[in-house]
Amino acid sequence: MFYREAGQFNTRYAEGRRVFTLRQDRHGLAALLAVAFVVVPWVGNDYWLSAILIPFLVLSLAGLGLNLLTGYAGQLSLGSAAFMAVGAFATYNLEVRVSGLPLLISIALGGLAAALVSALFGLPSLRIKGFYLLVSTLAAQFFVGWALTRFGWFSNDSASGVISAPRLDIFGVNLDAPAGRYLLTLTVVVALFWLGKNLVRSELGRQWMAVRDMDTAAAVIGIPLAKTKLLAFALSGFYLGVAGALWAFAYLGTVEPHGFDLNRSFQILFIIIIGGLGSLLGNFLGAAFIVLFPILLSNLVSLLPSGLIDAGQVENLQKMFFGALIILFLIKEPEGLARLWQRFRERARLWPLRY
Amino acid sequence: MSKRSIASRLALALTLTAAAFSVQAGNEQYFPLQSYRVGPYAAGGTGFFGGFIDYLKYVNANGGVNGVKLTWSECETEYVVEKGVECYERLKKGLNGAPAAATNPLSVGIAYATLDRSTNDKLPLITINHGRTDSTDGSVFPYVFPLQLNPYSEVSAIINYIGQRAGGLDKLKGLKIVTLYHGSPYGKETNEVLQTLADKYGFALTLLEVPHPGNEQQSQWLNIRREKPDWVILRGWGVMNPVALKTAQKVGFPADHIIGNIWSNSEDDAAPAGAAAKGFIAITTHPSGTDFPVLQGIKKDVVDAGHGDLADPKRFGTVYYNLGVVNGILNVEAVRIAQQKFGQQPLTGEQVRWGFENLRLDDARLKELGALGLVQPLQLSCSDHEGGGAVRFQQWDGTQWKLISDWVQADRALLRPIIEASSHQYAREKGITPRDCSKES
Repeated sequence: MFYREAGQFNTRYAEGRRVFTLRQDRHGLAALLAVAFVVVPWVGNDYWLSAILIPFLVLSLAGLGLNLLTGYAGQLSLGSAAFMAVGAFATYNLEVRVSGLPLLISIALGGLAAALVSALFGLPSLRIKGFYLLVSTLAAQFFVGWALTRFGWFSNDSASGVISAPRLDIFGVNLDAPAGRYLLTLTVVVALFWLGKNLVRSELGRQWMAVRDMDTAAAVIGIPLAKTKLLAFALSGFYLGVAGALWAFAYLGTVEPHGFDLNRSFQILFIIIIGGLGSLLGNFLGAAFIVLFPILLSNLVSLLPSGLIDAGQVENLQKMFFGALIILFLIKEPEGLARLWQRFRERARLWPLRY
Repeated sequence: MSKRSIASRLALALTLTAAAFSVQAGNEQYFPLQSYRVGPYAAGGTGFFGGFIDYLKYVNANGGVNGVKLTWSECETEYVVEKGVECYERLKKGLNGAPAAATNPLSVGIAYATLDRSTNDKLPLITINHGRTDSTDGSVFPYVFPLQLNPYSEVSAIINYIGQRAGGLDKLKGLKIVTLYHGSPYGKETNEVLQTLADKYGFALTLLEVPHPGNEQQSQWLNIRREKPDWVILRGWGVMNPVALKTAQKVGFPADHIIGNIWSNSEDDAAPAGAAAKGFIAITTHPSGTDFPVLQGIKKDVVDAGHGDLADPKRFGTVYYNLGVVNGILNVEAVRIAQQKFGQQPLTGEQVRWGFENLRLDDARLKELGALGLVQPLQLSCSDHEGGGAVRFQQWDGTQWKLISDWVQADRALLRPIIEASSHQYAREKGITPRDCSKES
């Protein structure tokens, strides 16, 4: 009844090719962005901004990076955290060694470094597919982790190997406060998601999807496989590198190579599996599930009278409950939360009718 | 009933329950606990936080701190950095109106990540027996306190003890020492200063890394067997320790020439290695055991009354438990000293910071606290946030730790310039102006 396109007519070709054809969708997105940019920094307290929204946004971006590679281009990868680490350390080194480099440029160049490393470790994809490619990207994960700890140059020869983020200054405005870091993260994430949407709707995106669905047929119709696959790795690496830089600079303020270990790669992989492969909204939903749900559980549990359940057991029970929820979700909708949302939208389009 | 009235009644009910939960406590001091009770380091976490909580309960049972009761709440971090950060942000505001006094995460990674936040939020960050070494310089790190022992003092004291055993520091020349360290920032922290000490005293130093978590150390110990060093310094954590001792026995290196550092010194590190751990030496800032008046008091007032925090009562008096008690003593004493200046009321983090910076524990005061022999005499100041820097050495006899030395002091005069150079570099990187300690009260 409310979510119909009745009365909305496209009079120009450009209008028909829009991402959001429904006026309700466009207004909804504009309202969401207005709330995110204006209302949340005003109203939000330190806890919500620093510990909930920033990691959620950064991991959504990382999820998008892996989604471009795995969901759209079909190349399985377990090296995501390694490329995040490359981005973080590259941005740090540029900030520390090249004086006067603006922060956004350093982050972009850090992403570029991660893109180059990712393309390098994506070379095996020209020969191997599927699970075997997973193993060779695992090599990236271990190699980058080893290299960053072995060579003290990467962490500016600090005794402990932990890098500490320098001040965040953009155009003279200091962004170290939680609201500032949140706005920096939100701006970068929105910009890169907009770029990502355009990427997957472009010819390159369609080439990726062709390679994902059947790469032999794609080669037969003239899609250059090597260029497509390596560009997928490179662009995915760029997104992951920027996400890594934001994780280090905007979220934790410090990073050690163990912060980007295999567990982080698995976490990003789970985000896109639960969120939905090959979708953009799925990254947000997956990140919300994987990152925020345990925090929600832990907060709910802390409302219980203390001493009711032994503190160590509480944590284990939370994990069991979380695992059970994952199983439940995947049984109900194997294609992920994005597909669930899509089904809900389709029902909403027809409401109050059923079909 | 219409939907609107149901909704409004529900909202009213929720608000009232929420209001009931947020009762203003009025006269309580809050300690946020970023504890870890699951994960690979659960043994250390349950012991330490068990001791800390039991001491807080003991203080409450004896009238609180000048009538101010202590309260706390736990948030599980699993020793993971981002969970520690989330717990910090969640708990830093206080509990039911009781202000937070200090955070004690007992984790190097979490300490690094919450260092800047603690300074901005004016909440002291306590890293007892560990931490970022240059945070000893309080002029650059006003809110960070590596109490009792920082990593540089730890290795310096070990080298001094080796010198003692060899008959004098000049006898160190020509000795071979291998350091087996955990592959993490904590493990790597002391490599540079060990090299400095090696250059100064003329012993041959080899540094071997064990990748986290340290389940497999065959290649490192085969290296050690080939090198045939005189001493091995074990800077381990968690499961790395018993695995090191068992692998040492396999390659035939004698356990009584392995010296464990402050995080390789507990019963949970030696006992799982069984017979391989017999003779293993480790440092400690406090003895294990239960015959100290404060521990007897905790036993009487807390454990025997059924409120003990430990799940396994046999762990009462073990190294990690006693570390938790010592940490409790230092935290509460800082609150007490701060109350002398700011009044006998719940204090803010800034005021408790003053208390920590003026922490003074001499033998007389330790006797009053019932901790003589358990805690070393400490004196903190603006420029010295460590305060102690001395350790004792203990040896595992198969079932328990036996003290085999008196207090061995670190060479703090040698270490101070290195610490200051590092802290001033940090200040330059971050654009901080160091405080002038001569002007502070």
